Amino acid sequence: MLVKLISGDRPGSPILAIVLLAILVGLAFAPFLFPGTRSLDTAARICIFIVLVASYDLLLGYGGIVSFAHTMFFGIGAYGVAIALVTMGPSFGAIAVGAASGVVVATLLAVAIGLFSLRVKAIFFAMVTLAVASAFAVLVSQLPALTGGEDGLTYQIPRALTPAFRLLDEPVFGVRITGRILAYYLVFFSALALFLLLLRMVNSPFGRVLQAIRENAFRAEAIGYRVVLYRTGATALSAALAALAGVLLAIWLRYTGPATTLSLEIMIDILLMVVIGGMGTMYGAVIGATLFLLAQSYLQNLMGAASEATSALPLVPHLLHPDRWLLWLGVLFIMSVYFFPTGIVGRLRGRRA
Amino acid sequence: MPEPLLSLTGVHTHIGQYHILQGVDFTVPDKGVTVLLGRNGAGKTTTMRTIMGLWQASRGTIRFAGRDITALDTPAIAREGIAFVPENMGIFTDLTVQENMILAATGSAPDSARLDWIFSLFPPIKTFWNLSAGNLSGGQKQMLSVARAIVEPRRLILIDEPTKGLAPAIVKAMIGALRELKRSDTTILLVEQNFAMARAVGDTVAVMDDGRIVHTGEMAALAADPALQERLMGLSLETQP
Amino acid sequence: MTDLAIAPRIERPSLGQRLEKAAPLLLVPVLAVIGLVAIGNPSTWLTLTVAGLAMGMMIFIMASGMTVVFGLMDIINFGHGAFISVGAFVGFTALAWFSGLTAMPGVMPSLLAVFLAIMIAMAATGAMGYAFERVIVRPVYGSHLKQILVTMGGLIVVQQLIHVIWGPAEIYLARPQSLRGAFIFGEAAIERYRIVAVLIGLALFVAMRLILSRTKVGLLVRAGVENKEMVEALGYRIRRLFIVVFMVGSALAGLGGVMWGLYQETITAHMGSEIMILVFIVVIIGGLGSVEGCFIGALLVGLMANYTAFLAPKVALVSNIGLMVTVLMWRPQGLYPVVKAK
Repeated sequence: MLVKLISGDRPGSPILAIVLLAILVGLAFAPFLFPGTRSLDTAARICIFIVLVASYDLLLGYGGIVSFAHTMFFGIGAYGVAIALVTMGPSFGAIAVGAASGVVVATLLAVAIGLFSLRVKAIFFAMVTLAVASAFAVLVSQLPALTGGEDGLTYQIPRALTPAFRLLDEPVFGVRITGRILAYYLVFFSALALFLLLLRMVNSPFGRVLQAIRENAFRAEAIGYRVVLYRTGATALSAALAALAGVLLAIWLRYTGPATTLSLEIMIDILLMVVIGGMGTMYGAVIGATLFLLAQSYLQNLMGAASEATSALPLVPHLLHPDRWLLWLGVLFIMSVYFFPTGIVGRLRGRRA
Repeated sequence: MPEPLLSLTGVHTHIGQYHILQGVDFTVPDKGVTVLLGRNGAGKTTTMRTIMGLWQASRGTIRFAGRDITALDTPAIAREGIAFVPENMGIFTDLTVQENMILAATGSAPDSARLDWIFSLFPPIKTFWNLSAGNLSGGQKQMLSVARAIVEPRRLILIDEPTKGLAPAIVKAMIGALRELKRSDTTILLVEQNFAMARAVGDTVAVMDDGRIVHTGEMAALAADPALQERLMGLSLETQP
Repeated sequence: MTDLAIAPRIERPSLGQRLEKAAPLLLVPVLAVIGLVAIGNPSTWLTLTVAGLAMGMMIFIMASGMTVVFGLMDIINFGHGAFISVGAFVGFTALAWFSGLTAMPGVMPSLLAVFLAIMIAMAATGAMGYAFERVIVRPVYGSHLKQILVTMGGLIVVQQLIHVIWGPAEIYLARPQSLRGAFIFGEAAIERYRIVAVLIGLALFVAMRLILSRTKVGLLVRAGVENKEMVEALGYRIRRLFIVVFMVGSALAGLGGVMWGLYQETITAHMGSEIMILVFIVVIIGGLGSVEGCFIGALLVGLMANYTAFLAPKVALVSNIGLMVTVLMWRPQGLYPVVKAK
């Protein structure tokens, strides 16, 4: 039954299975295992980014398509909910409306971009998505009446999901069950469901055709599969799921702004997570997101300390400065593409490029 | 017997997972025209491309004029004195006829005496000298491709199916040009499916099937033996002139 | 042998066909006229048009390297923006060294300083291009996917290194006296620097065209874009040509960076990646691999950006996307798609 739940996509390596199980348990019981606002926040982000990165893997790993618009769809979902909550007040109905409109807009936009630019060269698609995503980000920051501009939108969420709300009077395992915990479990279970959905998709006939297209589009077309339709379909699904991840982020942060959703830095982070984790594996997204977010939260402190310690030397403290986090990311990223093309998951499964 | 100009020994070529050449052994004697015959898919073009270094032989040796050229890259092989006229002609359509010829010469321009000789072999080259090569007809492009290969003297010219899809009149012109080339002491390795063409210019012949050489010998002997022809090549080769 | 029996009639292209070939050239004046109609005021239009042409020239300089590299080497370099940023920073630093020259009275010393700064910047980015090609790009020849990923990574690393070397803040440098000021035409003020940019851009375009059509190296590049294999079969080591072209492309990006930096008078580490959006649009509009297409595309984008900045600033970037979409609807491969051998 468990195998059916993960759509037959076994981890393929005992170590991987254990790690995945550990991550699942850790996230499922995060409020109890890792109490504290910061750890819970990290856990929630991990859940959200697992969905975001896995949906990107659908496109990149399974479809072989590079897109730079993923953060745009992420933002559309988040802004959908944000705007709805601002205009309609803090209710679950507003969330539903916002989420639905976000997903619809993201999907339609993805279909438009896909049909337009997947016909020609695949590189066109990459460039077009970059241009469109940048234009979108600029547009968002220039419509402050609607989107709050550079500052973004802050809003209230339904009371049941706020820290003020108390579900039970007595703490459970030493932790007070507040609306925040409820919000966390909303995020967790939604993310879990979406991830299992993605597993279902990539292990379905659709997923297999997509991979065939990735390997040899010419042959796939010759056999009779309309390549453009499959690729556009993958783009649309990927966008819809990214939008849903955005919805979750909007609910969790109670804030939506260009920096948390649309920035190129996030896009790079996604690329990093999917490449290091392992392209075309889905589980790679889980590993990649967990590793990355844990490192980002806790490694920067380490870097700060190292920078201080070496402050007497020339250049070195600048290289180790926590703000230069991205430098090392970039180096790691390049090395992953060369030496780890199959990512951590691939290595664990014993496969070389 | 003098050493052959080109010899292939046990050459295997893999393209991706496909094992195309499965141990090719044959030699091309110095001077004259050697014809490589065979059905579609026998491996003739792969053999040519392997000699030229466009595909790397996975096993075996290729020797040219006493040197082992198996591991050399394509520009080095070209500089050894081997010219290549590929199946798709390889004409630079964005350049003019003149510019195509300039590229084929090592200096800044082809030798004018040599050019006059080429013009006599292929008059359209002169007629359309300043025209964009993309505007030439199929036959003229083929002529240009051969002309490029001979713009400077070469030891060996590899020509891959020069008459494929061309009108009979052009085939005649090509045969005439190849005969002239023979007279100028250039060795030619010719891939052909048109047996009449092969018989008209060929001195020695090698027949390929399924990535291997199945027969080598004198063209005259093969031409005089219909039974052998039938056995080697079946009915798939044209016998129309 | 009778020619006529073999040769087809080479017909002169019909008027319709000739017009179609020249049509993209007409786009620039067409857009200019549309701009005039939309803006109304001729002096404002003149200022904006010159500004647009200047911007377009600078983008052309930056984009030309990228499009030729792609056409010839089949390499996507998403890190091209890094050369732009580095060029700007090295150029500014060099210009600061020559502050003695720029302080001297008269036009010549300042121009000399700028010229030297540009040469140094181009040398630096050219050398950087060599390193980039060898270390980052060469291992991933043949895989567009990996090229995109790896060059993106390279871009990030270089941007961060700029922060390490020059600090995280933006750097401001005033244009030397010789490049300041404007000419007045009636009511229109046309900045001197913009004229300089247009002239440099035109000179480069003409130089590129001449090199490509008159020199053997240029022939090799054009032939190589179409059919690399055949060029090798003719005995040329096309790999060496690749490196040279990549370095020239990088140096041009560096030049573009210096010019752009002087235009804005401020530089930031990510200025390269910001302008890359427009570079991509230009390269797509022009047709990957075509220098002429790139030129026209750049002028169009420059004009569009400046016209919309005046008319409807909020949609400036979106308008260029709209331009790209329109052009691709008309010509899906770009204005002048390059013929590639199958």
